[in-house]
Amino acid sequence: MDGNLNALTTVFVEFYYWVTVVFMFLIHVGFCMYEVGASRRRNHMHTLMKNVMVIPLVTVTFFFFGWWIYWAFPMFPFFGGLNHEMGNANLPWSETMGTNLQDRISGVFWAAFLLFSWTAASIVSGAVIERIRSSALWVHAVLIGSVWWIIDAAWGWHYGGWMVKYLGYHDAYASGVIHAIAGGYALGVIMVLGPRIGKFAADGTPRDIPPHNPWMLTIGIFLIYTGFWGFYAACNVPAISPEVIDGQITGTTWTATNIYLAPTSLSAITFNFLMSLSGGLMAAYVVSKGDAFWTFSGGLAGIITASAGNDLYHPIQAMIIAAIGVVFAYKLHYWVERKFKLDDAVGAVAVHGYAGFIGLVIAGFVLWGAPSSPYEGYAAINPLGNTIGAVIMFGVLGFLPAFIVAKIQSAMGVLRIPEEVELQGLDYAEHHAYEDAKAGIIEANKALLASKGTAAK
Amino acid sequence: MSTIGYESWAVDLAEVGAIYPFQGWEIPMTIVGVIFWLGWHRIQFVRENEHLEKARKMGDPEKVAQQLDRY
Repeated sequence: MDGNLNALTTVFVEFYYWVTVVFMFLIHVGFCMYEVGASRRRNHMHTLMKNVMVIPLVTVTFFFFGWWIYWAFPMFPFFGGLNHEMGNANLPWSETMGTNLQDRISGVFWAAFLLFSWTAASIVSGAVIERIRSSALWVHAVLIGSVWWIIDAAWGWHYGGWMVKYLGYHDAYASGVIHAIAGGYALGVIMVLGPRIGKFAADGTPRDIPPHNPWMLTIGIFLIYTGFWGFYAACNVPAISPEVIDGQITGTTWTATNIYLAPTSLSAITFNFLMSLSGGLMAAYVVSKGDAFWTFSGGLAGIITASAGNDLYHPIQAMIIAAIGVVFAYKLHYWVERKFKLDDAVGAVAVHGYAGFIGLVIAGFVLWGAPSSPYEGYAAINPLGNTIGAVIMFGVLGFLPAFIVAKIQSAMGVLRIPEEVELQGLDYAEHHAYEDAKAGIIEANKALLASKGTAAK
Repeated sequence: MSTIGYESWAVDLAEVGAIYPFQGWEIPMTIVGVIFWLGWHRIQFVRENEHLEKARKMGDPEKVAQQLDRY
């Protein structure tokens, strides 16, 4: 940091990302509240613990190998070997992965990506509430959070990724690289895990299992919106010169860029974030006939649908695209539920998976021919490239590994909790002393009240 | 002697890199960290299995019925 201007720029950039990380923590707070609000009382503590422990497990594994994958895998294995030069600088034993006065950004940048990892794992956590073993979910959390999503980020969310270069894949705010993959992953797990007891009647008719606390659910989703806004800022490079980008941009005008180092602005993404949120909420209200659960989730699904192209869309385009995505996700959710008897407890597969998938396909059409990168030799954005990308995200890196690992866990008998425990509730099983003590004191107080009432008469 | 390699800050910061303790031991530290992580999974996995086995025989029908009423 030699010189005042250089110091100011460095401090601004590290502080910018640091603030986004703090905002993004709210996504996890929101997911925890949402899951607890959606679960029944007898499963609260288990549901909460399951999601909270995602934080340390994904964090340490992202330190050990996730961050290295992002830098080493952009062309690996289809179009080149591992990028050792970039990868080695991000190994857990690299000198820059610690307190180092020559490198003031790695930790904050690492954390920004790590918070995306928590989100990917937490999306899966919501779909499987009230019947998965914690040990099984935490294996999946590590796999989606520190392996599969970060491979997809190296391929399709990196300025040098092969999907960007050869497919023209464009996914600025992660419709696919976070949401489609996490939704696909959740689908793979719930397909093997099976529905909660009572979800389907004997004739196969699905039953609604309403959230026990709609208020908690509402606050949860609003926190997710807030954190998602921070996520949008985290996806940008806040200020960079054409000289540093070293691509085809001419002149000396500094700009904000997306993750591909292609130009956008905070103004653009603020317009589009709010317009896509609004389009999603409005469409969800109409299609669900004012159902609170789906209306709130629809706001999120709207943003997710438009996210792939929200660096470039016009705000009205963002709104309409969001609305289309929400209707698609809602209709597909109920069709899949009826057809395949799948229990997606919080609508995670729909809100993240289906909305993310369709968002990528739409972006391929709407941004057709636009440059995916500021560098020479990159394919332009196109419908085929983004559709192939959507299949890779949702199916190849999401659904497939989840289904295989869940099958192995199921065969070993370590995927699902026993039926008796599911019925009595995971909190009773884990905290029976607490529950018994609580029941005892309530009974005692009631007895005292009754005796006083008798005495008064 | 200093574990971080500096005993005084009378230095040009442009020439200062890593300042965490025990530089050179990063790979052994990583191995310790990975053992801690995998060990945690192992301990949790064994405990949860035992716990669920006990739990499935734990609830008496009356209390389970009460739990079902607690939506």
